[in-house]
Amino acid sequence: MRTYVGIDLGSTTTKAVLLDDDANVLGRGITNSRSNYDTACRVAGEEARIDARFTLFRRKLATGDQTPAEVDAFLEALERAFRLEQFLEQLGDLEETCLSKIEGEQFAEDAGGVREVVAEVFRQLRDEAPALYAPGASRKSDFFRDLAGSRYLAISEDVARDAKVPYNLVVNIYDKSIIAVENRPPSGRLSEKFRRALDRVLAEGHGVGGVDVVAAVEDALAIELEETGQVGTGYGRVTLPFPKENIRSEILCHGLGAHLMYPRTRTVLDIGGQDTKGIQIDENGIVENFQMNDRCAAGCGRYLGYIADEMNMGLHELGPMAMQSDKPARINSTCTVFAGAELRDRLALGEKRTDIIAGLHRAIILRAMSIISRSGGITDEFTFTGGVAKNEAAVRELRKLVKENYGDVTINIDPDSIYTGALGAAEFARRSAHGIAAPSDVLPEGGQIDDDMMGEMA
Amino acid sequence: MTTPARKPAPNGDPAAYRDALVARAQAIFDDLNFGEARRWKEAEPGRKVVGYLPIYVPRELIHAANALPLGIVGGGDAIEVIHGDAYYQSYICRIPRSTIELGVSGRLDFVDGMLFPSICDVIRNLSGMWKIMFPHVYSRYFDVPQNYEDAVGGNYYIAELAELREDLERVTGTKITDEALNNSIAVYNENRRLVRDLYALRAKVPWKAPAPEIFLILRAGLVLPVEEHSEMLRGYIAAAEAAEDRSLRDNSRVVLSGMFCEQPPLNLIKSLELAGCYVVDDDLLLVTRWLIDDVPTDGDPLANLAAAFLHHSESTSSKYEPDQAEKGKYLIAAVKRSGADGVIFAAPSFCDPALLERPMLQNVLRDADIPFIAFKYAENSGQMQPIREQAGTFSDAIKLWSGA
Amino acid sequence: MTQPTARPSPAKPPIAEAEKDASMLKQKAMMAAHYDRLADAPETGAKVCSTFVPGNLNELVMCFDLINNLPEVNAIQSGLRRKSGAYVLEAEKQGHSDDVCTYVKSDIGMMAKGNIGPNGRKMPDPDVLLLSYTGCFTFLKWFELLREQYKCPTIMLHTPYQGDGKITPNMVQYMVRQLKESVIPKLEEVSGVKFDIDRLREYLKKSAEAEDDLVAVLKSARHKPSPIDAFFGGIYYIGPIFGAFRGTDDAIQYYQFLRSEVEERIAKGEGPVTPEGPMQDQRYRLVVEGPPNYTSFRQFWKMFYDEGAVVVASSYSKVGGTYDFGFRHDPDRPLETLAEYCLGVYTNRSLPMRVDMLCDYIEEYEADGLLINSIKSCNSFSAGQLLIMREVERRTGKPAAFIETDLVDPRYFSPANVKNRLESYFQMVEQKRSGTRRKEVAA
Repeated sequence: MRTYVGIDLGSTTTKAVLLDDDANVLGRGITNSRSNYDTACRVAGEEARIDARFTLFRRKLATGDQTPAEVDAFLEALERAFRLEQFLEQLGDLEETCLSKIEGEQFAEDAGGVREVVAEVFRQLRDEAPALYAPGASRKSDFFRDLAGSRYLAISEDVARDAKVPYNLVVNIYDKSIIAVENRPPSGRLSEKFRRALDRVLAEGHGVGGVDVVAAVEDALAIELEETGQVGTGYGRVTLPFPKENIRSEILCHGLGAHLMYPRTRTVLDIGGQDTKGIQIDENGIVENFQMNDRCAAGCGRYLGYIADEMNMGLHELGPMAMQSDKPARINSTCTVFAGAELRDRLALGEKRTDIIAGLHRAIILRAMSIISRSGGITDEFTFTGGVAKNEAAVRELRKLVKENYGDVTINIDPDSIYTGALGAAEFARRSAHGIAAPSDVLPEGGQIDDDMMGEMA
Repeated sequence: MTTPARKPAPNGDPAAYRDALVARAQAIFDDLNFGEARRWKEAEPGRKVVGYLPIYVPRELIHAANALPLGIVGGGDAIEVIHGDAYYQSYICRIPRSTIELGVSGRLDFVDGMLFPSICDVIRNLSGMWKIMFPHVYSRYFDVPQNYEDAVGGNYYIAELAELREDLERVTGTKITDEALNNSIAVYNENRRLVRDLYALRAKVPWKAPAPEIFLILRAGLVLPVEEHSEMLRGYIAAAEAAEDRSLRDNSRVVLSGMFCEQPPLNLIKSLELAGCYVVDDDLLLVTRWLIDDVPTDGDPLANLAAAFLHHSESTSSKYEPDQAEKGKYLIAAVKRSGADGVIFAAPSFCDPALLERPMLQNVLRDADIPFIAFKYAENSGQMQPIREQAGTFSDAIKLWSGA
Repeated sequence: MTQPTARPSPAKPPIAEAEKDASMLKQKAMMAAHYDRLADAPETGAKVCSTFVPGNLNELVMCFDLINNLPEVNAIQSGLRRKSGAYVLEAEKQGHSDDVCTYVKSDIGMMAKGNIGPNGRKMPDPDVLLLSYTGCFTFLKWFELLREQYKCPTIMLHTPYQGDGKITPNMVQYMVRQLKESVIPKLEEVSGVKFDIDRLREYLKKSAEAEDDLVAVLKSARHKPSPIDAFFGGIYYIGPIFGAFRGTDDAIQYYQFLRSEVEERIAKGEGPVTPEGPMQDQRYRLVVEGPPNYTSFRQFWKMFYDEGAVVVASSYSKVGGTYDFGFRHDPDRPLETLAEYCLGVYTNRSLPMRVDMLCDYIEEYEADGLLINSIKSCNSFSAGQLLIMREVERRTGKPAAFIETDLVDPRYFSPANVKNRLESYFQMVEQKRSGTRRKEVAA
């Protein structure tokens, strides 16, 4: 089937979205942007295609009269098994890489001993792996580096001590290897991994009543995902290995993405790590106007990160803490540099920590309100996207201020709003392949496009 | 809207009366809806209010049209600026943002006219923005001459005043007669005399008339009818001088410079005194004492106002100094007059006039061996620790230096 | 996944020599001669008058055999030669605030570092500062600062602001009186030359002649493709007439030459010459508000060139006079005409006038939209630009964009940021355009 990929290369994460010919989302993928944009782009794309397979499995499985819960349970088990397979594969790659690094002068003394330690560490890692993906197990991250890294360091400390091998040597090997492995996406064929995962879940006794799951999965795997078009966007878009005509600004993609998620959207606010954008779109998702924070990055997501660092807290802890306050302190400085000083000054004056944190949330939303105002205000409906949209305290202040300044407005916040830009990019790819530069719903029924116009739009 | 603090009456206890006057001034200061001015306007049908920005406008003309001059000096640190920021880049000062916020939020919806004096390009351009944003409000850029010859700048200014007079007659529907204008000049002469007395009192006994109180009492004059403000000034001067509840502390005495447009937060002025500096002179709210002598109350009032402007007015950065030898001498005069030990340059961030003038003033002070420090603020600065730190160090240094 | 078409990694070619057209070369020679005249002044005994571009009274200055020196132009030269960054830092080291105008700081820093001009020779100290206070508050402080340094006579000429959008007789009279009673007598005193009004008339006549040709050049942007770039190219077109050449035969010749060059391009259907080569493929026609950035001038221009964006009208090319609205120096009213010239310059116009002007430009030059380059240094331009943008969009229905840079402070030019916004803007224009076309089809 024909698919359309949108890649959003952000400063911290890279997102990919896969659409089908009817603009349905087939799959989504995300990865950390790393220093290597090419890999990030490939990994996110791969993740989106994996996700797309699950969508296809679901379509195949949902043909009978089984309950959705049954299908969900099966697919969940299948996904866990698949992730485990993927993890094991990368673990194998990491082990091989680590072993290959055991050479040179520093290992002259006891290369064999180190080799044994490494092998033992990986044996233990592999043994632990199924527990990581057991039902209900919580993982602190889905990125391989985070999962494998901390356990490698913990296990190797014990193993190295017992074997009387210098711990730093073992760490050093890991450090040298992980980046290479991370930048080398799993090489095994996806279908094979799906099949091995399927074997695992069948062995565990999972199934969907009345459905030949093997046939369904094989049917779905047989569908070729042809990449018909791709469009890249995001801060790193200029580094994407795409031809220029396949690159769109993140403003345009964001506007179109928000339109696809909530077709009645007229105003979009996106607060990301590095910038804040206010975007006005028309009834077709076309950008009418936009404003971004000026040269100064005051009031972007990074501001909250900085505050969290100042307070020695996790970023995700800020929102809940702010929610405990019902009278935010008045913080006037959204300058990231001054914020720390203002924070300490106020704490020293005895103001409540919760009120100050709530005030800081209000401050960045006030700043965002100015950017929206600059771009032309808020017209119903209003869609809020970006990392800060996940922060309940920020959302609370936003709702208050929107109501005070623009009255009753529908506010849309999608938990998956991080994919907004990639979604818009994928839709650009789809439209371009369908020969429509502007959205199809502008055309009257059976509308024809003038030939000479086609030329201009191409 | 805040309930107005009751107009206090003298009751025999000067400290209590002084405190009551300050509390009233504070309430006026805190009221971002200008309740006092609104009530004045509503009290009689047909009354008009004309707003003006810093540094100087001839309030006599507005007064003579039976209208209320309303001083607008931004929104301070208590206003949340949402729409105002939408009109300005990060490198522009705060006062125009909060002023627009006051306008957009309806807090100035009772104001019939706005005057924008020639302070700098930001306020100048704000005059045009006001015309676009509030087309039904009379607004005017109030240009003043930078040439101080009677036959040149003087004639220009007289003609400008005449135009303004006609405009105000149109806005207020009241003919401004020479007689009414001369009368208004007399009323304002009185008010300016009282302000000068207030400044003299503070320079003499700064512990009795501390800077934050002086600031609040002056700020009340931007909103209250001038007659009422004069009464407040008289009451405060007498009560503050008579009250015996405050004693001299071992503070240094400083002149503040650079605050003629965007106002510092009240907290900043308080912080300076807490840090050990008596503020004995400043360039806050210059409109209250711009003309330094009485303006004659007979003859051609416009010519008299023009002559006063050309030859008997304060100096500040927005005014050209034709004579290099005189450059910055106004600050030395303020130091001498008030018996100050040093100067604190406190300028609003991005304030062109204050910041471009500052190096020249500092050179003049250096030549005169007057110590100084400098920092920047914004009307909504929330962070006073560095300011207390700097002012405290400066004060200690001055004391050591003068004791040595 | 089909492997994305890899773009060939560009092996960085050596930066090509900037392409220039003949008029640019001619101007370069004129400027070089002028800077030599200035540098030679201590030997020739010629006296030097410093003044400003808006409100530049070159005809009057020449009446007293004074050489016109423009510190703003010196700052631009320092910016283009990448020296301004160090100059600005030097001035800040001396105690000038990082908040204020970088033209001033570049000038002061240049003085502190030996006052070496663009020709590598020391610039002369001015004999007189003609403080033509026109459309910019900073001018007033700038020359007070220079006066402190040079201790030379300083003459104020105050141009009232067109706050109400009109020039009143009182304004003109005020300025004429200043000229008669202050400016002219003081210039006579400094120069030792008696004022001769007929000499002034002669220069004014020459000014008007060159002004006609300039206007023809600016108006040529109505053609498609536009034979000029009215912003980047505009800097060159306005150079002689806004600088030390207005009222001279040199200027007349230059503008005749420039005009014929442009007319030739019209005849051939050619676009302007940019440093990267002639600009044929003109996808976007823009009106630009605000000054350019000089420290990355070529890079900035290239960002437009790469996108096929040509500027068809700009406000910056009116800072030294708004000739396209019909103003010409008038030898029959010599002092009045000088006053009206100063009163009419772009930055002396009220905000509503500026909005009108930009809307008219968008219409007259059939532009796709407005681009505002907001300059940190220049509040006269910048304060209110966001409202200007909003108004122009509202009135014309054309999209506008806003970028932020500085005149000569390299710290305020962030190429990635500027490029990102420009790209977003051009794509938005493109998208809107095709949307509009489709709507037209649908209707």
